[in-house]
Amino acid sequence: MQATLEQAKKLGLREEEFEKIKQVLGRTPNFVETAMYSVMWSEHCSYKNSIKWLKTLPRDGERLLVKAGEENAGLVDIGDGLGCVFKIESHNHPSAIEPFQGAATGVGGIHRDIFTMGAFPIASLNSLRFGKMDNPKTKHLLKGVVKGIGHYGNCFGVPTVAGEVYFESCYQTNPLVNAMSVGVVKVGVGETVSATSYGPGNPVFIVGASTGKDGIGGASFASADINENSAEQLPAVQVGDPFEEKKLLEACLETIKTGAIIGMQDMGAAGITCSTSEMSAKGEHGMIIHLDKVPTRQNNMKPWEMLLSESQERMLIVVEKGREADIRKIFDKWDIHCVQIGEVTKDTNLKYYMNGELVADVPAESLVLGGGAPVYEREYSEPKYFEEINKFNPADIKIPADLKDVAYQLIQLPNIASKRWVYEQYDSMVGIGNTHTNGPSDAAIVRVHGSEKALAVTTDCNSRYVFADPYKGAMIAVGEAARNIVCSGGTPVAITNCLNFGNPYNPEVYYQFVHAIKGMSAACTKFNTPVTGGNVSFYNQSEDGPVYPTPTIGMVGVLESIEQKMTLDFKHAGDFIYVIGQNRNDINCSEYLHQLCGVTHSPAPHFDLEEEAKVQETVLRLIGEKLIRSAHDISEGGLFACLLESAMVNDLGFSIHTDKDIRKDAYLFGEAQSRVVVSVNPTLHTMFEAELKGAHFTMIGKVNANKEICIDDEGWGYVSDWKEAYDTSLERAFLK
Amino acid sequence: MKFGVIVFPGSNCDRDMMHALRDDLQQDVVMLWHKDHDLSMFGQDDCIVLPGGFSYGDYLRCGALARFSPMMEQVIEFANNGGKVFGVCNGFQILCEAGLLPGVLLQNENQQFVCKNVFVKSANTNNIIGRNVGDKVLKIPVAHGEGRYYADAETLEQLNKNQQVVFRYCDERGEVHINSNPNGAINNIAGICNAGRNVFGMMPHPERASSSVLSNIDGQHILQAFTYMN
Repeated sequence: MQATLEQAKKLGLREEEFEKIKQVLGRTPNFVETAMYSVMWSEHCSYKNSIKWLKTLPRDGERLLVKAGEENAGLVDIGDGLGCVFKIESHNHPSAIEPFQGAATGVGGIHRDIFTMGAFPIASLNSLRFGKMDNPKTKHLLKGVVKGIGHYGNCFGVPTVAGEVYFESCYQTNPLVNAMSVGVVKVGVGETVSATSYGPGNPVFIVGASTGKDGIGGASFASADINENSAEQLPAVQVGDPFEEKKLLEACLETIKTGAIIGMQDMGAAGITCSTSEMSAKGEHGMIIHLDKVPTRQNNMKPWEMLLSESQERMLIVVEKGREADIRKIFDKWDIHCVQIGEVTKDTNLKYYMNGELVADVPAESLVLGGGAPVYEREYSEPKYFEEINKFNPADIKIPADLKDVAYQLIQLPNIASKRWVYEQYDSMVGIGNTHTNGPSDAAIVRVHGSEKALAVTTDCNSRYVFADPYKGAMIAVGEAARNIVCSGGTPVAITNCLNFGNPYNPEVYYQFVHAIKGMSAACTKFNTPVTGGNVSFYNQSEDGPVYPTPTIGMVGVLESIEQKMTLDFKHAGDFIYVIGQNRNDINCSEYLHQLCGVTHSPAPHFDLEEEAKVQETVLRLIGEKLIRSAHDISEGGLFACLLESAMVNDLGFSIHTDKDIRKDAYLFGEAQSRVVVSVNPTLHTMFEAELKGAHFTMIGKVNANKEICIDDEGWGYVSDWKEAYDTSLERAFLK
Repeated sequence: MKFGVIVFPGSNCDRDMMHALRDDLQQDVVMLWHKDHDLSMFGQDDCIVLPGGFSYGDYLRCGALARFSPMMEQVIEFANNGGKVFGVCNGFQILCEAGLLPGVLLQNENQQFVCKNVFVKSANTNNIIGRNVGDKVLKIPVAHGEGRYYADAETLEQLNKNQQVVFRYCDERGEVHINSNPNGAINNIAGICNAGRNVFGMMPHPERASSSVLSNIDGQHILQAFTYMN
């Protein structure tokens, strides 16, 4: 039966897209086929409104073994015959409706992208955005999301090593939940596997969980604005089973080692439709699939439901004909379904049968990104709110009389205070690779078993900066990620990005998107960190408007030896404290200005790409020469928050002097970029200063033994008291 | 001597335990599959380890399904014959479910999973771990949602009378009090042994504190205890 335009529209297709499908097929599609196109051509799967700009990002480098878009995730050479596979993805809309399962399946999905390439995941990260902490809805969402991430990751057995949590009213209805996974794989045949399909007659297997009605149309759901009726979309949210995924991980990695695998792809968005079409298109073959053979959770599932189901913990595997028994044996061992549902064909169409009846017949290539999926250019125009940003004059902000009180409030703000309440619910240590527990550093340093090497990993994005200036803000996000890695002793090698924006049909939102991409390109080129892949999440917007543009950066760096690791904590009383980089008279866009002075619109803080690169190069050299004892970058909360974080770890105090040429609130709380606080053994300070070779630096004070904070000779109390306030702020906010 | 580490479906600290024993303590380690039936290669000097994780998904009660696995039947027999058995976290839960150790592990008092460094001290020197640890305060991480040890009054009295409490949660100075208890465990109990002093269970993870790369080797004092002939 032919589908109608009305049905197509209801599935989320546009009229011109329905016409295009007719042209591709040379006939009107039936309902099943229309449903397949609707998910594959949704924003989530096709990147139709973003791909033009994504292609302008730097995606090449000497370390890249697999480039962006070629596989489920990028593969970076880290030496010693090892590769690192990593990717970040959003699960925003599911988490808005059902925070626990939404976040849990976000974690599960991103890990599958990693082990489907043969890599063993060794670290998990996340980046979360919620509304204001004093809103009860925020507490509900935060509790659910954190529990969901913990539930999945803790059971799956991959440590959650780093992340970020921000609270801002623009995320009230539409929180952001971005999850990243980092895995390691030996490079070579029988180690990594591609998401491809070829060889007529080769059997196609579905392995893992059975297929149910959960998550049907999830990709389309993610491609529309959130509104009050979104809760009705609950069937579009998937349900996760981390135990099944843990078994699937072990079984898949064993299977790859047999060498009998032609290709493998996980089933995420658009389930069987997406995996069969993407693998076939990549291998330039077709498939015959018998849907009646797919193990299902409930009876009488319709063909379109099976094709669109986003049930979790499933993989599609194409096996070399004749080797079926080898594969079955492994999945039997792990008590996992492993069922042949079809075979590869020379003809490049996908033919789906139900009880012998052909229910869909479409060219694989026509469904996929890079093939027949539509590509759009969107219009953009400069946002009106820029006018208000440009009006900001710092002279209108009076310097508060009691800066100690300001500092005390500042370090208890949810965006700055300890996220202990969050991260203690995650298993951060399983895998015995995370060195952060007993030696905190700006990026998490995770050792690679069986090698001297370690990976430095971080997620970063201050979306307020991006809102204020999309170009500069995106540069800062990349710059800060690289700075965190450098301060931990690593060399940045590549990034993955999760681009969370509002509705792309809004020209102002699209302006933010385009300029953020341009800024990211500039910074990634400068730091030699190509983009290996990632995810675009549009439609993060509710009746209240779009969220702040939030291009989250997930960056990976390499330490040739764990011995190169640098930590952020002050180590010895008497050590000199320096700022590398230039302190500036700049309160723009700071937490201080935004939250405590109530200024919602101000320009992004100072940032200069050349200056940033110089600071990073200097810090890395100082670490290499063993001339510093700690390094910690200045970010949200400014210099004061940075010093406190370095002081609290070993309960050491600090005394510093401010600069009379810089307003004191800017000196202490300003967020001008490209600055790093380091502590230096006094006996080495001459060598240290000589090694700076003209880089900008200031000696600001000393680490002291009396465990107190002293600013311009004024006692600000004990570090332990500040720590108590900093550590417990979020917990206290929950009780309010 | 050698160690046998059991792998259940859902175990996720099995490799960590293997690395700690093999790489950090230079011990022989054999990985054992839950469906296997044979422990004949293990004798009185050897030790069977039940690692942490979520065996069988822990969807029923933690450890409730694992106790019925073919390998556990062998472990129960091995233990009843005096063989050394050591369960960590989920392994502790399984040993309680299997009846090899008294008591149960309930959901943490605050209903939340907790992962952080905690401090423990040995409660007595009347067992191999206590003898090796002495009066040192050890920093060992916990990571569990259901780690609140509980036993009824009678069992508790027996445990104390027989000196079967192996570890209690304390602060870094060794003081045992409510604020040093991460999960609400009764009497701050972090680990116990059976009356025969050959079966041990504890919630904290010594294998996560056995490597200088992680800047904490306190866990070695616990794992080492099984390597001495006694």
